[in-house]
Amino acid sequence: MKKLKIVVLAKQVPDTRNVGKDAMKADGTVNRGALPAIFNPEDMNALEQALQLKDKYPDTEITILTMGPGRAADIIREGLYRGVDNGILLTDRKFAGSDTLATSYALSLAIKKIEPNLIIAGRQAIDGDTAQVGPQVAEKLNIPQITYAESISYQNNNIIVKRRLDNGIETVQSPLPVLITVGSSATICRARNAKLLMKFKHACTQSELQEKSNDYIIQQRPYLKISEWGVDDVDADDKLLGLSGSPTKVKKIENVVFTAKESKIINDNEAEINELIIELIENHTIG
Amino acid sequence: MNNISVFCEIENGIVADVSLELLTKAYHLSEKLNCKLEAIAIGNKLNSIPKQVFPYGVHKLFLVEDRRLEFYQTLPFTHIVAGIFKESKPQIALMGASNVGRDLGPRVSSKLNSGLTADCTELEIGDFYDKKNDKQYNNLLYQIRPAFGGNIIATIINPEHRPQMATVREGVMKKEIINKNNIGEVVNLDSNKYLNNTDFVIEILERHVEERSINIKNSQVIVSGGYGVGSKENFKYLYELASVLGGEVGASRAAVDAGFADHARQVGQTGVTVRPKLYIACGISGQIQHTAGMDQSAMIISINIDKDAPINEIADIVITGDVSSVVPKIIAAYKKNTK
Ligand SMILES: Cc1cc2nc3c(=O)[nH]c(=O)nc-3n(C[C@H](O)[C@H](O)[C@H](O)COP(=O)(O)OP(=O)(O)OC[C@H]3O[C@@H](n4cnc5c(N)ncnc54)[C@H](O)[C@@H]3O)c2cc1C
Ligand SMILES: Nc1ncnc2c1ncn2[C@@H]1O[C@H](COP(=O)(O)O)[C@@H](O)[C@H]1O
Repeated sequence: MKKLKIVVLAKQVPDTRNVGKDAMKADGTVNRGALPAIFNPEDMNALEQALQLKDKYPDTEITILTMGPGRAADIIREGLYRGVDNGILLTDRKFAGSDTLATSYALSLAIKKIEPNLIIAGRQAIDGDTAQVGPQVAEKLNIPQITYAESISYQNNNIIVKRRLDNGIETVQSPLPVLITVGSSATICRARNAKLLMKFKHACTQSELQEKSNDYIIQQRPYLKISEWGVDDVDADDKLLGLSGSPTKVKKIENVVFTAKESKIINDNEAEINELIIELIENHTIG
Repeated sequence: MNNISVFCEIENGIVADVSLELLTKAYHLSEKLNCKLEAIAIGNKLNSIPKQVFPYGVHKLFLVEDRRLEFYQTLPFTHIVAGIFKESKPQIALMGASNVGRDLGPRVSSKLNSGLTADCTELEIGDFYDKKNDKQYNNLLYQIRPAFGGNIIATIINPEHRPQMATVREGVMKKEIINKNNIGEVVNLDSNKYLNNTDFVIEILERHVEERSINIKNSQVIVSGGYGVGSKENFKYLYELASVLGGEVGASRAAVDAGFADHARQVGQTGVTVRPKLYIACGISGQIQHTAGMDQSAMIISINIDKDAPINEIADIVITGDVSSVVPKIIAAYKKNTK
């Protein structure tokens, strides 16, 4: 069988599941600083699928690709701690402000350069909840896609995927190359491997290196260097990136506020509840 | 004038509710824009589709019938839908935020390089003035949706690119017959015009589809339980209340996660959106992700031991007490007064 060369797409996201009171600034914008940055949960599911294929076919090569600011190098380290072979941080000021389409354009260029035959993404990122980037990347690469995957296997040069429908399950088969998006119903990701954690603890990008000034470690152990690619490395057209490359614009953002209603308070006793029920029957709410 | 187009999802010859809801919304938008409403249906046996969609005010229905297209597949559907959009040039294109719509929408938008906004909760027509380029845009589609886990509501627009594409979840828009006698134009298109052989590289090996057995969306009364109900066992009070009131049982995600209720019953941002006549929230705290799916209910009753639970702020009636004590009292009172 053909050797699998996998790219896992993973994004660093603010943890919107634990939004505290300080998450919103007074002017109604999101205070990103107050939210911990995490590995997008469904991208963890995607990573696990790639690792399972590698468990089964050890010559499989996995590259984890993430686009984001410098601190998104954490995503690559998390991948290395779990068994991916290498990682690339796609980072450039010109990528900032990209909507899903501009993001897909940038990611697809990086993928073309890596030349994988299988791309695995998460179904959606919890900051935007759009689930668009996977399919949009597949279209830009002009390859088929399989969304909502629960499990992935590889047989006779074909990828076989069990996927979720709104009201059922479907099993489909595709030749390589193909892009797959994995949902949260897939197996959860394994924990970090203690040995790999020791090995890659000091892995860092060139930019991080300049801050840390521990050059010598990287010189001795080149595998600790995480590649950083910018706009020029992937030959991107500036016009298709960032705000100018994004067809969608945000016109307005509103903080969600509850408008308190005047509510009627009733206590837990038979008489009051009885009265309420009579009222609801009379005004035809129930009955 | 460029029209509005709705992609109709079909399963077993029946147009999905979410598509009919979108047709209703799109019809109202088309009236505002003074343009026409178009629908696209792709599948195997489509002879009953016209009479299913025309009552929703469709002017023109594109039918693409092909034996190979009985089940949704990404590549053929993408090429047909994008092909039709290229010819008919709609200004707005809508599809359901179902697993099908969320597979197809981004693919088509990437192909046409047009923007797409997922999971909109409201769609409106409005204007926009671009300060930076001193340019005025009239009659744009405002695509309104929650973001950041429901903590903010964003209004998204696509000033320059067409079609302006959006997906909407089932139950968010209201389905309403516009004119039961309306007859529109049917345009039959040949699938081969849009397809090539490589579009069928993905093979469906197996497919299991269950009939939807639980459908809380169309229920007028919903008795919904949260983590505060305490156990699956305690949910029986809710089933009993729902049954005497002729309603259905709903649940919060915390209750579903705890195994108290089925996922099909989950109300909220990642469940269904409901707007019943009466919503009884039992032991539900009222986090934004939950209330996003029920705050349009005509009347809300909250039963909660905590008199300051956030849900109480949007409730019309607040009963302060324990679910297992209050709910049986309601059942008894109802039985007594309806004898
Ligand atoms: C991306 C995202 C999507 C989400 N989508 C959804 C969604 O679709 N739907 C959804 O519901 N949630 C959703 N959530 C989760 C949501 O944030 C809340 O965690 C959830 O709604 C809380 O459920 P709850 O109110 O049942 O539980 P809790 O918040 O634990 O509240 C329990 C309530 O019960 C009360 N109580 C306790 N004991 C009793 C008793 N004996 N009698 C009466 N009252 C009692 C308590 O006072 C409390 O108010 C989502 C979260 C995220 C991050
Ligand atoms: N900046 C990014 N870097 C790497 N992968 C991404 C990025 N944005 C999105 N993805 C991938 O695309 C999926 C869907 O993202 P979204 O469309 O934003 O919901 C995610 O789960 C990731 O796998």
